[in-house]
Amino acid sequence: MSVDQATVRRVAHLARIAVTEEEVVHLQGELNAILAFVDELAEVDVTGVEPMTSVTPMTLPLRADVVTDGFYPERVLANAPVAEDGFFAVPKVVE
Amino acid sequence: MSELTRLTLTAAREGLAQGHFTATELTQAYLDAIEPAGDLNAFVLTTPEKALDMAKASDARLASGEAGPLEGIPLGVKDNYAVDGVRTTAGSNILKHFVPQYESTVTANLWRDGAVLLGKLNQDEFAMGSSTETSAFGATVNPWRREGSSQPLVPGGSSGGSAAAVAAHLCAGAAGTDTGGSIRQPAAFTGTVGIKPTYGRCSRWGIIAYASSLDQAGPIARSVNDAALLLRSMAGHDPKDSTSARLPVPDYQQAVGASVKGMRIGIPREYRVDGMSDEIAALWDEGAQWLRDAGAEVVEISLPHSKYALPAYYIVALAEASSNLARYDGVRYGERVPGRDIIEMYEKTRASGFGAEVRRRIMIGTYVLSAGYYDAYYVRAQKVRTLIKRDFENAFAAGVDAVLAPATPSPAFGIGEKSGADPVEMYLQDVFTVTLNMAGLPGIAVPAGLSGEGLPLGLQLIGRPFGEEALFSLGQVIEEAAGRFPCPEDWWR
Repeated sequence: MSVDQATVRRVAHLARIAVTEEEVVHLQGELNAILAFVDELAEVDVTGVEPMTSVTPMTLPLRADVVTDGFYPERVLANAPVAEDGFFAVPKVVE
Repeated sequence: MSELTRLTLTAAREGLAQGHFTATELTQAYLDAIEPAGDLNAFVLTTPEKALDMAKASDARLASGEAGPLEGIPLGVKDNYAVDGVRTTAGSNILKHFVPQYESTVTANLWRDGAVLLGKLNQDEFAMGSSTETSAFGATVNPWRREGSSQPLVPGGSSGGSAAAVAAHLCAGAAGTDTGGSIRQPAAFTGTVGIKPTYGRCSRWGIIAYASSLDQAGPIARSVNDAALLLRSMAGHDPKDSTSARLPVPDYQQAVGASVKGMRIGIPREYRVDGMSDEIAALWDEGAQWLRDAGAEVVEISLPHSKYALPAYYIVALAEASSNLARYDGVRYGERVPGRDIIEMYEKTRASGFGAEVRRRIMIGTYVLSAGYYDAYYVRAQKVRTLIKRDFENAFAAGVDAVLAPATPSPAFGIGEKSGADPVEMYLQDVFTVTLNMAGLPGIAVPAGLSGEGLPLGLQLIGRPFGEEALFSLGQVIEEAAGRFPCPEDWWR
């Protein structure tokens, strides 16, 4: 399978990465090189094979649903690019 | 180079216990070695004050008889481990001012056992690379050079800073991470020992994620015994990582030097890939002979799906990466580039914060997970992954205790040599290492010889799940037969 430039733009938008027109051309070539490389998998007979969901045979452990950590908002916000009144701040989302 | 920094971790531990020198002296010797080694670009941050404070506390514990297993041992830590209060970037501009307010479990285990932090080590951005050239801090340079040449070579990647620092005697050992070969390939390129333990052996909590079903922490060290000491401290169950194994951690050092008589070693015929160099093939044969001489039985085995491991890896890993790296949105941490609305803010933030390779990998991952392609790519790759794991299970069920293979298809290459237009050329570096990550198995890379140009070459041993002890025993056989490979000159000073 290979991608056209419209697909590159669509995927970039899905991935929330801005791309310039010039980058689209490069990315198309690079993405197609990787996709050509992984196309080899099409020749494997996977009839009746379960897709792997866990690499080690284990059941996920359960724990009590209780608060075990927290109560330090200043540390939570310490790396925020913009914080106001103890909250993360973002551009207006809902009009 | 100070005599103290020449010591293995094992010998330094002995010297500290005997009182031949103090942790403060040892730490200062390493800080003095790091200072003039800027040309290697192995450290992205040094923490000299913290190091000397920790060393002082170690000296107090050594004096009062409360020393931990790594008391006073100065280590470097790959920059994708969160260290409380110490800038942690994973080699990315998007995290260039990120200061974690928490400590990764693996580093917490190292400090619990008395180790000293010298600083943070360079890596490919978000561990995506095999040469440490994709780091926002620029490439790390391998302390090794080809004979008679001053061309700068890569140290491998993504734990290239860790491997270079250990090989150049800038730290006694280092913590790395391995998603497709990121500990073993740089270890092979620098003449050091690196082990990726079984998936679940070390907690992933507090390690900046690349591909969560493949990522594992592990040490890079100057000897097999050094690696055994480090892994014992790093490993262990952690309730904060639901995939971490509820198994006791063995005293791996006991396995170093244990007999390998009667062990059955598999040589996978599919690893004899087209174009394998004569020197790699010869080294592999020599390694098999060393194990035979030590009493192991060497048999040919078949791992029929090996050739599909790399393409399947690049689907699974990139799909997981696209999901994991969604968190870098300029809201809770990291850099933000403003936009006219929140979507544009996300898009500009991520376009400017991520480097080219990371953007490429996120986009491939997004594509293979998108509607209409999910089954054709992602589900198929996960089925192939089941087959890859089954190949190993069949070999182990037939009585094979470990598999011997080369660590890399070539010795270290030049900076810039493989970072051209075709990203796949770099991906092929992981051809011998990536199968283990796909199967969750442990693997150790041990230096075993020199190339015709005088560069280190490594052999890799692959074990059963949680079979790290066998790897340390077999690795020690190779180390004793091949000798160690200290870097011949310190040209960077």
